[in-house]
Amino acid sequence: MRIFLNDEVREVDAGTLAAALDAMGFGGRKIATAINGRFVAATARPGTKLTEGDRIEVVAPMQGG
Amino acid sequence: MSFYGVELGSRLLLGTARYPSPAVLAEAIKASEAEVVTVSLRRESGSERAGQSFWSLVRALGVRVLPNTAGCHSVKEAVTTAHMARELFDTTWIKLEVIGESDTLQPDVFGLVEAARILSEDGFEVFPYTTEDLVVADRLVEAGCRVLMPWGAPIGSARGLNNVYGLKSLRAHFPDIPLVVDAGLGVPSHAAAAMEMGYDAVLLNTAVAEAGDPVAMARAFALAVEAGRTAFLAQPLEPRDMAAPSTPVIGKAALGD
Repeated sequence: MRIFLNDEVREVDAGTLAAALDAMGFGGRKIATAINGRFVAATARPGTKLTEGDRIEVVAPMQGG
Repeated sequence: MSFYGVELGSRLLLGTARYPSPAVLAEAIKASEAEVVTVSLRRESGSERAGQSFWSLVRALGVRVLPNTAGCHSVKEAVTTAHMARELFDTTWIKLEVIGESDTLQPDVFGLVEAARILSEDGFEVFPYTTEDLVVADRLVEAGCRVLMPWGAPIGSARGLNNVYGLKSLRAHFPDIPLVVDAGLGVPSHAAAAMEMGYDAVLLNTAVAEAGDPVAMARAFALAVEAGRTAFLAQPLEPRDMAAPSTPVIGKAALGD
């Protein structure tokens, strides 16, 4: 299925957000996620099904002022 | 001084961006003696590790973090970012920024109040980056904010306290709300001036991070904040229009013709 990860097109063979994140190398990482502009808590990722064209945002800690 | 019930020893809050290296950032935080540092969150790909190493560095310093919603221009963006930050940094504190104008990075105060209300009702402890406008400040307090962070000047501008009258008015109107001058400070005397006015703390980033020697500048700001606070407690003189001799004239020798 085709999804967008931080605006980049990706082909993933995963049904849930948790599985897709694992497949894309985010396993065990300190990240936060949103789909189509809505926050998805870490505990909700295994139960969050992906659909074609979903826009996934993955963010990590960064320096800030 | 306390923010949302958390007692803090230092009245200097420091940003973590724009330092020449992670090592200099770490040394600057130590030199500043800041107990709270601001952090943010940005996109990361599966192959990157920058965010993870930055987080390890901050954790090793043992400081409390205040995540921001920097770069958000809408209520929806800011609220979603706050939710991501709460999970990522495991804190209910959020420095709420809703930017309304790109040249000055002036807060969109209408969006700010709306976002502050949504987040406060959802259990966040909001630190709103705002202007010195009294009516907006009132609305933010009504929305649930128990800290206010008016700008000194536009972010990164190093202009100091642009509206001293407005900042003094804000202090006078909100004697019991912790007030933090956030943004626009350039040199330690700006921080001292804010503290002399009775502000509870200052938050700055670029003035330290982009100084020629960030570690020394962090120390200089720490000293200025302490000096300004001590001066405020010592009740400074009000300016006068006319001279008042400091040396007593009684008993002065009569030496004239």
